[in-house]
Amino acid sequence: MVKQIQQVDQVVIRFAGDSGDGMQLTGERFTAQTAALGNNLSTLPNYPSEIRAPSGTIAGVSSYQLKFADHDVLTAGDPPDVLVAMNPAALKANLHDLRPGAIIIVNVDEFSRRGLSKAGYASNPLEDQSLESFDLHAVPITSLTVSSLTGIDVTRKEGERAKNMFALGLLSWMYQRPVEPTITYLEQKFAKKPLIAQANQAAFRAGYNYGETTELFAVAYEVAPATVAPGRYRSISGNVATSYGLLAGARQAGLRLFVGSYPITPATDILHDLVRHKRFGVTTFQAEDEIAGVCSAIGASFGGAMGVTTTSGPGLSLKSEAIGLAVTLELPLVIVNVQRGGPSTGLPTKTEQADLLQAMYGRNGEAPVAVLAARSPADCFDTALEAVRIATTYRTPVIMLTDGNLANGSEPWRIPDLDELPDFPVTFTTEPNGPDGTFLPFLRDPETLARPWAIPGTPGLEHRIGGLEKLDGAGTVSHDPDNHDLMVRTRAAKVAAIERTIPLLEVDDPPGPDGETARTLVLGWGSSYGPVAAACRRMRRQGATVAHAHLRHLNPFPRNTADVLRSYDKVIVPELNLGQLARLLRAEYLVDVVSYTQVRGLPFRADELVEALTEVIGR
Amino acid sequence: MTEQNAVASSNGAGRVSRPVDAEVAEGSRTRASVLTAKDLKTDQEVRWCPGCGDYAILAAVQSFLPELGIPREKYAFISGIGCSSRFPYYLNTYGMHSIHGRAPGIATGLAVSRPDLSVWVVTGDGDALSIGGNHLIHALRRNVNLKILLFNNRIYGLTKGQFSPTSEFGKVTKTSPLGSIDYPFNPLSLAIGAGATFAARTLASDRAHLTSVLRAAAAHQGAAFIEIYQNCEIFNDRAFDLLTKPESRGEWTVELTAGQPLRFGPGGTSAVVHDPDGFGLATKKNVADDDPGVIIHDPTRPDPSYAFALSRLGDDDPRLTPIGVLRDVELPTYEELMTHQVAGAEEAAKADLAKLFAGNDSWVVAPGGTHPRD
Repeated sequence: MVKQIQQVDQVVIRFAGDSGDGMQLTGERFTAQTAALGNNLSTLPNYPSEIRAPSGTIAGVSSYQLKFADHDVLTAGDPPDVLVAMNPAALKANLHDLRPGAIIIVNVDEFSRRGLSKAGYASNPLEDQSLESFDLHAVPITSLTVSSLTGIDVTRKEGERAKNMFALGLLSWMYQRPVEPTITYLEQKFAKKPLIAQANQAAFRAGYNYGETTELFAVAYEVAPATVAPGRYRSISGNVATSYGLLAGARQAGLRLFVGSYPITPATDILHDLVRHKRFGVTTFQAEDEIAGVCSAIGASFGGAMGVTTTSGPGLSLKSEAIGLAVTLELPLVIVNVQRGGPSTGLPTKTEQADLLQAMYGRNGEAPVAVLAARSPADCFDTALEAVRIATTYRTPVIMLTDGNLANGSEPWRIPDLDELPDFPVTFTTEPNGPDGTFLPFLRDPETLARPWAIPGTPGLEHRIGGLEKLDGAGTVSHDPDNHDLMVRTRAAKVAAIERTIPLLEVDDPPGPDGETARTLVLGWGSSYGPVAAACRRMRRQGATVAHAHLRHLNPFPRNTADVLRSYDKVIVPELNLGQLARLLRAEYLVDVVSYTQVRGLPFRADELVEALTEVIGR
Repeated sequence: MTEQNAVASSNGAGRVSRPVDAEVAEGSRTRASVLTAKDLKTDQEVRWCPGCGDYAILAAVQSFLPELGIPREKYAFISGIGCSSRFPYYLNTYGMHSIHGRAPGIATGLAVSRPDLSVWVVTGDGDALSIGGNHLIHALRRNVNLKILLFNNRIYGLTKGQFSPTSEFGKVTKTSPLGSIDYPFNPLSLAIGAGATFAARTLASDRAHLTSVLRAAAAHQGAAFIEIYQNCEIFNDRAFDLLTKPESRGEWTVELTAGQPLRFGPGGTSAVVHDPDGFGLATKKNVADDDPGVIIHDPTRPDPSYAFALSRLGDDDPRLTPIGVLRDVELPTYEELMTHQVAGAEEAAKADLAKLFAGNDSWVVAPGGTHPRD
């Protein structure tokens, strides 16, 4: 039968199921199909911290959300238009995020008495009218999957495991995704198990055909390709983009990359990626703990490599003392902190922006470091590259903040031409710089205040550095009060001087419909960029006039930050913490910014922000 | 390999590899031939207490290093925190006085990324065995090519006299007025248990012995752990008198010499034998000259049980504490394995960053519109 195809400009789909149901894979495949069609997209995986939480329970629900559109997508974090729930727990855990009218597709085979009770349902929601306001489709996904495998010699259990591919097939039909890439993908993924490959392909096709032939689904949807800047694109996650940014940074600095890290969620994928790139001269060292990770990176930097350590919040706490050492040694060091919910172990797989003050101040003594934050998965590349530039140019530790949302989320990335990357080659010191052929390891460059980097193996420049206070210039141990005062102020001035080489803060401030200018600025940082920008756009469509700016450099701030803040009557700072950037801005600029915060382990939703921001503006 | 050869060669400069260029290496070779102990002194005033055992270790190291033929700039001495860890300030090589307990971590990063260097760690009993215990055991098990000098004075000196992880049970200190109830670490047992490929014990007060152990450690390819008994005159004076005073030492110390029977005592009439009642070694008095049960010392035995048993010999009678090289076995070093993997990968694929970035799944967007992937 010929079905109606409806054009829509954007769709948000959430696949939810048990953590063993393969929902992440399903989402990733749908993403790949969608990217191939030229839609712009953004993704939001959400999974439990237990590898295998009890099956069928709320705690074990894993989900993968993606939004795709015919325009540039700023956030995946909107309420889903479609929820695929593979069991009752997945329905229960995600239902509260849906708006009335949303499509729900449930795997009705799992709605047995046992399944319902594991999810804590007293009665069957498919039968008790509680889902009346939604467009509910109960599909026997498991049994349809099994019956589609007739003639393929797999066990019943193996067959049932292909049910995620049935769901993917159904959604692929609904949104008119191409089929062939997934067929090919399955063939390659299960190359060594051809029967499993066949089963998954059959289930995928069965799902697609089910959509096309049944009368349950009257409409298929089509989303036109987005118009984006020309170039070659690929889909990339934040952790992989961070890895690539570090590789590119080391290349542009002319250094070998050394990464010393300890596995920690959600940062480990950076290490997973970098270990595969030894051919680029990358040395990776899986250390015995977080402290050894950062210390090995410091040792490597002392030896002339670009030392990097990657971690998440609790690991950053453990590295504090060593980062302080790197501050006083004045050696390059990049610390990537993929923030997660805290304090302590907190919410390892959820997102938060609550390590900003730790990054700024979490060390003993006056120990300033540069702090950067990425705004989107692809932006992790540029931010990592910038972190290496600052670390090598100024011989300073740089803390780069991303978070769980950026780390696992993905979006299209315009692949840069290597020739267009900024160059910042490092020159090691090889000649004495003091009187009578002596070497003064703390004689600074007057412009950057950076000290010379003379590496072991360089004859005549043998010197000792350490955690004790150093005499200005000579670098020998000094307890002199005035010297200490000078050194503390000089280290602070060096980090402050970075502002000279960072871009000004740009403000997106279009005039209102009648030419009026904005009186309110919304200022964000890190991964809230997408939802905040989307919220500002929506408010403008509703007739509001609002300005939006976003900070990548958090220490030092761009040098026009004070001017920007003072150009508006009201400055609103939305953050996923209890107001950490707001606190910094108030302290630094004496501007009474309005703080809007959430700490739910999830990114902001643009629709919630519109409501909150509108309320603040109206005050 | 580079560093290993450099350390092992006694008659010339070590071979030099990346990342320092050849010109630098040429220059250093000339200088290395005239390197003397004096070249290794710095202009910093040495500030250990008068009578501290650390002076003797510094002097021994400064005298010994030139005989390795390695240019001065190829040495890096990394220390943690404590009296011993001031060491790098007084030695004119590259050096870092780092943070408490972390020297093995920093040295590992340096050694792994610069296998052309000779990297040494200077640490103490508190630094290495208390706050830094984790890093020590992992550096040893990985067989990183580090020479680790542990100055053991069995006390916290820099903080003015608290019991350390090697202080004897019952020791009265400022933080144990009723006597310490901590059972001490035996550093060699710990090191051997952690898989050290080289483990030795020596005395700060015996320059010749100390130098011979340094020589053996330098010749060893891989992690070398050296415990140096060192007297703290201020807070734990005479801790090692039994081993250092001629009246007890000369006769009783179990001196370890490869290929020699483990005999000691007046006229060599006592000896180390298999423990008839246990799994390890025991001492026996009045042993006949031709007793076949006397153990012949062999530090290269693959089974670490032998070296471990040796490390416990002084437990009951500290006079019988063995001095010398307990264990010295060959195992590929961490740097060798790492360098091999990196070099293999460099050869395996032409490093094309643009190709990596593009991945297998890219698509092109033309100006003014969109296209599906090509």
